[in-house]
Amino acid sequence: MRLSPDEMIFWQHGFLKLNATIVFTWGLMLVLAVGSKLITRKLSTGLERSRWQNLLEIVVTGIEKQIEDVGLRHPEKYIGFLGTLFLFVALGSLCTVIPGYEPPTGSLSTTAALALSVFVAVPLFGIEDQGMGGYLKSYVEPTFIMLPFNVISELSRTLALAVRLFGNMMSGVMIIGILLTITPFIFPIVMTVLGLLTGMVQAYIFSILAAVYIAAATRTRKPKPEPAPKT
Amino acid sequence: MDNMTLIAVASIVTAGLTIALGSIGPALGEGRAVATALSSLAQQPDAATTITRTLFVGLAMIESIAIYCFVVSMILIFANPFWNHVIAQATTK
Repeated sequence: MRLSPDEMIFWQHGFLKLNATIVFTWGLMLVLAVGSKLITRKLSTGLERSRWQNLLEIVVTGIEKQIEDVGLRHPEKYIGFLGTLFLFVALGSLCTVIPGYEPPTGSLSTTAALALSVFVAVPLFGIEDQGMGGYLKSYVEPTFIMLPFNVISELSRTLALAVRLFGNMMSGVMIIGILLTITPFIFPIVMTVLGLLTGMVQAYIFSILAAVYIAAATRTRKPKPEPAPKT
Repeated sequence: MDNMTLIAVASIVTAGLTIALGSIGPALGEGRAVATALSSLAQQPDAATTITRTLFVGLAMIESIAIYCFVVSMILIFANPFWNHVIAQATTK
């Protein structure tokens, strides 16, 4: 019983291993990048547009609206990062319908990498928005005693992101695997559908949580008092 | 009981207890969360999207506790270091 796609090894040379996680991750990246490139070759601004462009526009405006609802005021600054997170995890979970495929987020390495990228991105966006001093001051925000707790909460948030996504994806794959050895064909299909649903929800949750953390790091602390207009 | 039996019994019992006890809390918490969300939806239907989104985020945070327990019991069953160590000892003897 396989715990993660890390253990399906396609090719090995010394300590360099080509396992299923790497192959499926690069496959997803290829599909996303090449697909987007092909669709955006001839963009039209009128009312006549191809249905693929329509699909992309729905996706992009939907994600922009969600980012704005969370509280980030200029969603175009963040949509590159947050949109990619959502699309990668969502497509990775959607492709479970292809036989022989396992989502790369079912391996702790992939989810740890995604959580680490969020961990690095939150201070980057915070410093870009607030300046180094303003961002560091947010760590001593209510009182100075809260400094270690704020730091610990940053680290535990990252760990929780990684384990949450890994646990959800891995449990979906494992339940299907266990059921396939017990019951014939109908019930595992029902569980695959459930796995698809939880995969999409977890993709949404991951990107929304990343957006909430970035919003917490970039919100303005105390509004600067406006100088009284000289009458 | 020799070492192998002891480790096997402890792992299996703990794995079962972990997931059994670990799902009670999150299930109760999620039930309360959804109930409160439904009543606030009934009070203010036009805040529906905000309430739904916040509900999903909250449910995911509560669900993570159950996921942690699940991961621990999976590790105990499938990737148990003590069991691997004892098996390695038994096969080299």
